[in-house]
Amino acid sequence: MMIYLHVFWAFFLTNILGYGGGPATIPLIQKEVVDHYHWITTQEFNEALAMGNALPGPIATKMGGYIGFQVGGYIGSGLAIFATVAPSLILMLTLMGLLYKFRTSPQVKRMTLYVKPTIAVLLGVMTFQSFYESYFQIGIGHVLFLGIGSYLLMEKVKVHPGLIVFASLIYGAINL
Amino acid sequence: MKQRDIFIAFFRSSMLGYGGGPTTIPLVQKEVVERFKWMNNEEFGDVLAIANTLPGPIATKMAGYIGFRIGGVPGMMNAIISTILPTIFLMIILLSTLIQFKDLKWVQGMTKAVVPVVAVMLAVLTWEFVKSSIKGLKWFFTTLHILVALVLIEFFGIHPGFVIGALLVIAVVKPSKKSKKRIQQKGMSI
Repeated sequence: MMIYLHVFWAFFLTNILGYGGGPATIPLIQKEVVDHYHWITTQEFNEALAMGNALPGPIATKMGGYIGFQVGGYIGSGLAIFATVAPSLILMLTLMGLLYKFRTSPQVKRMTLYVKPTIAVLLGVMTFQSFYESYFQIGIGHVLFLGIGSYLLMEKVKVHPGLIVFASLIYGAINL
Repeated sequence: MKQRDIFIAFFRSSMLGYGGGPTTIPLVQKEVVERFKWMNNEEFGDVLAIANTLPGPIATKMAGYIGFRIGGVPGMMNAIISTILPTIFLMIILLSTLIQFKDLKWVQGMTKAVVPVVAVMLAVLTWEFVKSSIKGLKWFFTTLHILVALVLIEFFGIHPGFVIGALLVIAVVKPSKKSKKRIQQKGMSI
């Protein structure tokens, strides 16, 4: 029973704090599920994130649905999704009139803006940790090859991220 | 009929959008405004602006609100489910399969190779947040914010929730210099 409460709380907290859409909540989710509750390891989190990025649609609900499932089966999954989606949607539906009135107010605009650099810090730290961990796992050569290769394909050639994840899986199956 | 249209609109925009919810927004707009004409562009822009002032995922807030406006509570549930459920289902199946073969050497190779790719995706996302911070806060304040947040969170171990909470309070409490501009904007929108 406690576990369900924790699942709900972890995803409620991360999504009520993450300003800037689902991607902004990723480092917060990692902090809760890996660092705080130790439900999954950093490696497992990264695998889930890779798969999440390879699949279409919103990322926060995919992470919530999957991690919730790992921790507490279908009920856990459902709870995590509910905690991800419901609070902000309920706020939106109930406060619509009020929010509409203040949508151009500088205070409201500043809320999203002020949080952004902190989200950037959290994402930046996660980036660093992933590279660092990978360096110990597979060495600098593979990290540089996969890192630079996927960057060029993703950002310059605009290859579908799903294909890049797929290609890296094949590379890993053969070379690592 | 209406519920079927809601399903089609949100299923399609979610299945075609890669890179998380925010990237699906232009696709949602295409369906909601251009194809099914449930809203005009201005209304959609207003709803998006309001969704952005609230925390949490954008795509589900948009789906939930628009679905509710078109088809009541069933419409809301329909829009949310068609946005999120198909991909969550795929995610659980694919990852559970991968975990079953975890002990095979080549599967371990696969899971290791994916880490630098994720790191690159995170780096790109980080840079996007830095860029949009600079747009709103300029270089100096962005750098200052980043340094302070980094020190507080990583070196003093303060939970990011407290930092974000404090920033939200500052955003609301801080007096604004541009009250004149605000009145002009208000006048225009009415």
